[in-house]
Amino acid sequence: MKNYLQLSQVSIDFPTANGPFRALDKVNLDIAQGEFVSLIGHSGCGKSTVLNIVAGLHQATEGGVLLEDREVNAPGPERAVVFQNHSLLPWLTAYENVELAVKRVFKGQKSRAEMKEWIIHNLQLVHMEHALDKRPDEISGGMKQRVGIARALAMEPKVLLMDEPFGALDALTRAHLQDSLMEIHADLGNTVIMITHDVDEAVLLSDRIVMMTNGPSATIGEILQVDLERPRKRVELAGDARYNHFRHEVLTFLYERQRKVEEIGTSKKSREAPSTSTARLANQA
Amino acid sequence: MKALTLSSISQNPGRLKPTPAQLAKLGRAVLLPLIAISLFLFLWYNAAKLIDTSLGQFPGPAEVWEQSTNLVTEHQQERQREVAFVARQEVRNAQILARNPEADVQIRPYTGKPTFIDQVGTSLITVLSGFLLASLIAIPLGILIGLNESVYTAVNPLIQLFKPVSPLAWLPLVTMVVSAVYVSDDPAFSKSFITSMLTVLLCCLWPTVINTAVGVSNVSKDLLNVSQVLRLPVLTHVFKIIVPASLPLMFTGLRLSLGIAWMVLIAAEMLAQSPGLGKFVWDEFQNGSSNSLGRIMVAVLVIGFIGFLLDRSMLFLQRSVSWDKSAVLR
Repeated sequence: MKNYLQLSQVSIDFPTANGPFRALDKVNLDIAQGEFVSLIGHSGCGKSTVLNIVAGLHQATEGGVLLEDREVNAPGPERAVVFQNHSLLPWLTAYENVELAVKRVFKGQKSRAEMKEWIIHNLQLVHMEHALDKRPDEISGGMKQRVGIARALAMEPKVLLMDEPFGALDALTRAHLQDSLMEIHADLGNTVIMITHDVDEAVLLSDRIVMMTNGPSATIGEILQVDLERPRKRVELAGDARYNHFRHEVLTFLYERQRKVEEIGTSKKSREAPSTSTARLANQA
Repeated sequence: MKALTLSSISQNPGRLKPTPAQLAKLGRAVLLPLIAISLFLFLWYNAAKLIDTSLGQFPGPAEVWEQSTNLVTEHQQERQREVAFVARQEVRNAQILARNPEADVQIRPYTGKPTFIDQVGTSLITVLSGFLLASLIAIPLGILIGLNESVYTAVNPLIQLFKPVSPLAWLPLVTMVVSAVYVSDDPAFSKSFITSMLTVLLCCLWPTVINTAVGVSNVSKDLLNVSQVLRLPVLTHVFKIIVPASLPLMFTGLRLSLGIAWMVLIAAEMLAQSPGLGKFVWDEFQNGSSNSLGRIMVAVLVIGFIGFLLDRSMLFLQRSVSWDKSAVLR
């Protein structure tokens, strides 16, 4: 059933000195429960804006977001966010940061002992149980991001929203965290929307890759279904023909957008984009 | 290079023998101020000899030292007189009780003049009361202003209007209001104490309000987003996120406020005749004895020293609550 999370005709205008700036135009997306969706696109195409609208941190000017057929337009712990800059409270330890979320979400539902167990369980999921009492300035960037993920998971969200969570990390740490995330996704079966710049990451982790057109008035350009069995091992997949095919598809979409308008107009890659947005792209170039 | 501090020595006694580099650093830290102070004393001594006022020669370092020892001796003598006074009363009361066990006896309080040391104590109590009360008002106000753009726009002109007002301008108004409002047969605090305290409050409020507001409005958007996703209730948001995040700027405001409070207090005491250091200076000036200038100079140095101690205490407090290891607190 594809209607767990639904973005319907989502558009947003930002007020500027020169009049309203249309960042997103009629974004339509249906996501099934337990699906891992990646959002990929060039810088400034509005990926973070889409995520913020789903999170409720921005309000759509037109259209809306439905979660389990109910409209959501305010932030809440059922759509937990993992921010690009970990956003841990610097005066609290790792344990206390997760505790803040748990206390807020499960007040009255879990006893103190249960809460403590739950917090430690989530930190174990991200392999941070050894650094419970460390403050953010005492742990590395990768560890901070792990704690951020643990905090989001501890809210038991219906949808996990991740805004370029591994963007600020080096390649090795990124690889470790991607593996951890796949483990967690296999374990918990949660619905995930992840923004990324990294094509390999998108193909490795996702069930579907949503490729966005360039801003302004960005919308969904193409959606790619990644039919690779799980669990996915990166070393094995490096030689897999299907993996490379999917990578090729995404790269073609992203870099063909850079080329001349006539070619984009005739290319089969733009078949899912509405004709008006192609015309706007023509004006852009 | 680890600093040669008491804690580093106690943790590792083998390090008691300092390296040449540490010795040099310590030497510089001690010798350079000593040289500056000696130079200052030398210039003071020579300049004092040249200035002749109607109250005698301007006091040099030697005279000031002599006066400071006098003030301490006077305080000790006064304390002894008080003890003797109370003792005499107790003897008389015992005699009365021996003759008539039912008699109503009491110990009358000593009514001697407050000494210099007493006055230092009064000043400290007044400034701390004024400062604490001001902080209790300023911090919530600052938080409110920082959180809400509309409140800021509304209140800012008023803050800018009252911030530059001198304590000497507030004093007559405060005195009249206190005289009219604070009427009681057995007041817990003297009117002059209340007047000085309120004047200190009116003048030292502003740095804390402004700095707290700036700190609150500059809390990182990321942290505010976290609070939104968690749907934290307003009070939790303020106490768990806003206050810790804006603590550094809040303390900057508090330190500035305390410095201003101490300066304002001396002026306020002079005019309100509250029995503190300000009154001491004023009385000595009115007194016009040959010792006066020396004693006033002692007061000046003590005022400066106490101001320095107050600031250091705030710094110590700031260091103990600071969570930001990258911040350098001086």
